[in-house]
Amino acid sequence: MTLNIKAAIVSLLFFALSLAVWEALNQPPEATEALTEFELLMGGADQEARVPPPSKVAVHAYNELSNPFYDAGPNDKGIGIQLAYSLYRVLTGYFAAALVAIPLGFVIGMSPLMYKALNPFIQVLRPISPLAWMPLALFVIKDSEQSAIFVIFICSIWPMLINTAFGVANVRGDWIRVAQTHELSPIRTAFTVILPAAAPTILTGMRISIGIAWLVIVAAEMLVGGTGIGYYVWNEWNNLDLNSVIFSILMIGIVGMLLDMALSGVSRLVQYEE
Amino acid sequence: MSHGFVSVEGLGKSFPSPGKEDDLIVFNDVNISIDKGEFVCIIGHSGCGKSTILNVLAGLDQPSEGGVIMDGKEVSGPSLDRGVVFQNYSLMPWLTALQNVTFGVKARYPKWSKAEVEAHSLKYLEMVGLKDTCKRKPSQLSGGMRQRVSIARAFATQPKLLLLDEPFGALDALTRGIIQDELIKIWGESQQTVFMITHDVDEAILLADRVLLMTNGPEAKVAESVTINLPRPRTRAEIIEHPGYYKIRNHLVNFLVERSNRKEEFSGLSGQPLVVDPTLEVDAQPEVNSIEINTNTTNTNEPSLSLKSVNV
Repeated sequence: MTLNIKAAIVSLLFFALSLAVWEALNQPPEATEALTEFELLMGGADQEARVPPPSKVAVHAYNELSNPFYDAGPNDKGIGIQLAYSLYRVLTGYFAAALVAIPLGFVIGMSPLMYKALNPFIQVLRPISPLAWMPLALFVIKDSEQSAIFVIFICSIWPMLINTAFGVANVRGDWIRVAQTHELSPIRTAFTVILPAAAPTILTGMRISIGIAWLVIVAAEMLVGGTGIGYYVWNEWNNLDLNSVIFSILMIGIVGMLLDMALSGVSRLVQYEE
Repeated sequence: MSHGFVSVEGLGKSFPSPGKEDDLIVFNDVNISIDKGEFVCIIGHSGCGKSTILNVLAGLDQPSEGGVIMDGKEVSGPSLDRGVVFQNYSLMPWLTALQNVTFGVKARYPKWSKAEVEAHSLKYLEMVGLKDTCKRKPSQLSGGMRQRVSIARAFATQPKLLLLDEPFGALDALTRGIIQDELIKIWGESQQTVFMITHDVDEAILLADRVLLMTNGPEAKVAESVTINLPRPRTRAEIIEHPGYYKIRNHLVNFLVERSNRKEEFSGLSGQPLVVDPTLEVDAQPEVNSIEINTNTTNTNEPSLSLKSVNV
């Protein structure tokens, strides 16, 4: 039996165990006495506030996923639509950040002057929580949708910028010397030597960024409202529909995992072994 | 002063010291002349500045004084006219062996078609016996194979001057021997002008027309230019049979072990290094083992040097 199969079995055991405990702890209490008329009217003991057991969540998930794209008005859209809104915002902000961060990172990595000149700005701007930009973004942009995209942009730019600069600055001197002795122009050196040499480090930055962007979008959408998976979670909390809350938490995790897997696939393409 | 194909004139390198001390002079007044088609090796202890001289020749480093003239033009920066093989191969790990060679060929002949570039590259990979493994990445090749790719890349760009920075330093003795043989073969076919750094006396005798000996740093200089007067083609097996081989070898080893740190012996030197041909030296008396006849001593301040040895 290979390690992978063993690990899969242990994983399934843990999964089954936690589901069983979760299910067992959240059964409706037995009615100890006859329900009053009023209690019957209100749904009985079943109405007591409890975390829904996994069996109920699973049924709910099945219903939601069998029709993910329905649209029954502003407060009732399918999970697919909500996730699509969130993904659209994340990817737009993320790629805009990549367009700025990777060229700028190249400049910072190649020029010690630019590194020293821009480093103080990076050090001050980087630790700011992306959501702290939200009020300013709302005031300046005057559009909640675009403000959310801006927040994604600002939070995904730093890991990509710093990793690109680091990767570019640490390209082995031998390779640069090989480019020099072959009389390559700076542009060709950047594309044929520095870019492939720094690509694994750049991709690591991009992977960190997409993770952070997906974390931040949920919080940003709770603030801006309207659409998106973050808004969905908060809206279902206001509806006291914990089934939907748990279901959407799981969906956030799965989509985040898929985003990370996609970038790790890309980074395998540019990986090299020395 | 003779003007060869490559002419290194009054080269010096110094680094500013912290504080008010004098600058650290690594070497000064280095004069080297290399003829077209000549194979020149340079030997010296670590820290004498051999690599700096090679980097200046390559245009990768700036000298503090003096300069290099090649083919009538001053060397002011890196150029495709001077190919470099580095000790650590310097292959791009994300390219295959073939792509590493075409990388150089494409830069050298930008107008060539893709097929021409590939055919030319394959020809040189075949010369080093790597035609069948040309699709592998450097990480899938042994150290010797990687250095072969690096040599193929350098020869394929057909530079006017080939600079080898201790190319076999990181290889085991067996592999080194095989690649040395390949190198002489390719050099024999291409008649490249080669300037090579080595630490290996036997390697220098096998490959070079001339061996330059450097004194120890700081303030190192090129003290002697030893002519390797052995017939070509040379092979590792036959060369040791030649009567001149051990004379040359003893001279080189003696310099490195005994004389390279005797600064005063060479302090009178200025301009060109002394030209020495050990095969013309008078044989030492076999019963007086420790005699070393210093035909090259120019230092008149120590006339007792050669007398002392006879009295032993």
